[in-house]
Amino acid sequence: MKALNFAAAEPSHRGLTIGLFAAFVVITVGITVWSSRKSKRALDFYDGGRAFSGLQNGIAISGDYMSAASFLGIAGMIALSGYDGFLYSIGFLVAWLVALLLVAELLRNSGRYTMADVLALRLRQRPIRAAAGVSTIVVSIFYLVAQMVGAGSLVSLLLGVSGDGAKIWVIVAVGALMIFYVTVGGMKGTTWVQIVKAVLLMVGAAVMTVMVLAKFNFNIGDLLSAAASQSGKGDAFLQPGLKYGATDAWSKIDLISLGIALVLGTAGLPHVLVRFYTVPDSKTVRKSVNWAIAIIGVFYLMTLAIGFGAAALVGTKAIKTADPSGNTAAPTLAETLGGGAGTGGGAAMLAFIASVAFATILAVVAGLTLASSSSVAHDLYANVFRRGPVEDTQVAERKEVRVAKVSAFFIGAIAIGVSIYARELNVAFLVAVAFAIAASANLPAILLTLFWKRFTTFGAKCGIYAGLIAAVGLVLLSPVCWGGTSSGRPAVALTAAQATKCGVAKDSKQVGNATALFSCTVKAPFPLENPGVVSIPIGFLAAIAGSLVRRNKREEESHADLEVRALTGVGAE
Amino acid sequence: MIRPTETVAGSPPTEPSAGDPRARAIAADPRFAELRTRFRRFVFSMTAVFLAWYLLYVLLSAYARGFMAIKVFGSVNVALLLGLLQFVSTFAIAIVYASYSRRRLDPLAEELRAEGQVR
Repeated sequence: MKALNFAAAEPSHRGLTIGLFAAFVVITVGITVWSSRKSKRALDFYDGGRAFSGLQNGIAISGDYMSAASFLGIAGMIALSGYDGFLYSIGFLVAWLVALLLVAELLRNSGRYTMADVLALRLRQRPIRAAAGVSTIVVSIFYLVAQMVGAGSLVSLLLGVSGDGAKIWVIVAVGALMIFYVTVGGMKGTTWVQIVKAVLLMVGAAVMTVMVLAKFNFNIGDLLSAAASQSGKGDAFLQPGLKYGATDAWSKIDLISLGIALVLGTAGLPHVLVRFYTVPDSKTVRKSVNWAIAIIGVFYLMTLAIGFGAAALVGTKAIKTADPSGNTAAPTLAETLGGGAGTGGGAAMLAFIASVAFATILAVVAGLTLASSSSVAHDLYANVFRRGPVEDTQVAERKEVRVAKVSAFFIGAIAIGVSIYARELNVAFLVAVAFAIAASANLPAILLTLFWKRFTTFGAKCGIYAGLIAAVGLVLLSPVCWGGTSSGRPAVALTAAQATKCGVAKDSKQVGNATALFSCTVKAPFPLENPGVVSIPIGFLAAIAGSLVRRNKREEESHADLEVRALTGVGAE
Repeated sequence: MIRPTETVAGSPPTEPSAGDPRARAIAADPRFAELRTRFRRFVFSMTAVFLAWYLLYVLLSAYARGFMAIKVFGSVNVALLLGLLQFVSTFAIAIVYASYSRRRLDPLAEELRAEGQVR
């Protein structure tokens, strides 16, 4: 990634940006410490005391969900590829209907702290918690690494510092802060961090949207025409096909595969699921998901204005020159809206949007770390590894939460390590992979245990592991790992650095994806980047087949009890 | 109900024990059967509708690009319009579900829960 021209030309925004970053960190650290003092029982670590209101939790859900990939990534994709970026955001929104209708309320009534709680109501504790714990951790690590590597490049870019050392320091700092939020604040502190971040993000996006629309006298038609003409692509910019445009059959299936994974993955993401436990009852969960749908929907409509605004006012070419992936479209647009590079207004807007992006990254990684450390402690430690009777419940609970905090530290350390190792790789695809795993491994188990009488422990194990292995395995065989040319990936023009890295001549025609992780020249055995269209059916079918092969009368009977609890809330905690 | 086949360390004994008579009684109550039917009928049909509608939209984006490019008014083409309609339908389903459950599900569930706690 090249250093941004505005960073070099206009260092004055840097002081302001750092100041705003620091203000956010100070405020959130303060909130975290304050909320940790107010926690009464040890288990508040998992659920924040279950006392959040529907609106508060709705804002926090939005905060957990709207990652930097949503804000900068989608705005950038719209700025570069027009309509196709918009398509991505629609999947992210529609997905919430799965959560609202099929998962949120039932999960709240039947579980306590983690996704595995619901499965363990009907199925055998140890095997099921082990499986659910493993898939929770895998999804979280994938998502974490995507966010942290992104943070490394992004923050160095926004601060205008270049060089490898800066990236490593940013990754370490983000990791250290997220460990602090989680271990000190637990669910309560992390929820407040999400709320602060979500409000900042919505305000930032709203300010930019109004400013963009004002430039076009609030005439959306003019904005669209200007975006189309400044994109250099004309009407094609407003039509499907620029990003997922190749005409071969595979890339179209890839688009469909991505769409399915986005819609079905959301309701299986661990950091989203644990949010449903932070409110007193299932009615409040419904309210919070409805708030989240409203907030997230409005947010994606605003990214549409921001993305098209960036294309119209900054120009697609200038955005691409600053950052080929388009991540700097929103910050650059902010600078332009404020008055342009070199003006005080431009520097202020740039600093503001940069710190919003920073807050976004920090909050999302904290949510992920919390969800995965809860699962390690509550599922793996307390119910799989620990054996023998418990002397005293309170002592045991305090011990369990201590384990959760230690695991937050280790998960954070692993994520920092992997992210530093992967800092130069193009890991944006990992977000889509995390959604695909959640949809293939977690969602089948959740839906079948809630709705299908004949679901059994063996079926759940089959579904979770098969979905997990299929999703991860197919990615390892996909064009993101193997970059050789194929019908869907014609040879690309290589830069000198890429040719050296791939070990081929600069005019080689063997390379279809120069950023492939394993090899640039070997053709991928599996043609799709997005495994969902194959791995999600595998997850569901394995879960169903496993249940039919090994039936369990008692687990079948227990479904009626689960239904009573899920639908009426009798026995819910 | 809720029949942990192994004793779970750390889980407080607040969970209803195996074969909880409260849950059994509610499960046998015709009002519960009614609640279950109302819930399932609504969420399954809504899910089928919005998944089909979303899938149609994605399929059109992949395979009917000529159709999606047709301009409806000004610069707004079918693709953008259908995309915005996905937002509208998502909001609408959320609102309809909220009112449906307030009217048709919550009162029944509350009634059953209240009796379940007393019993």
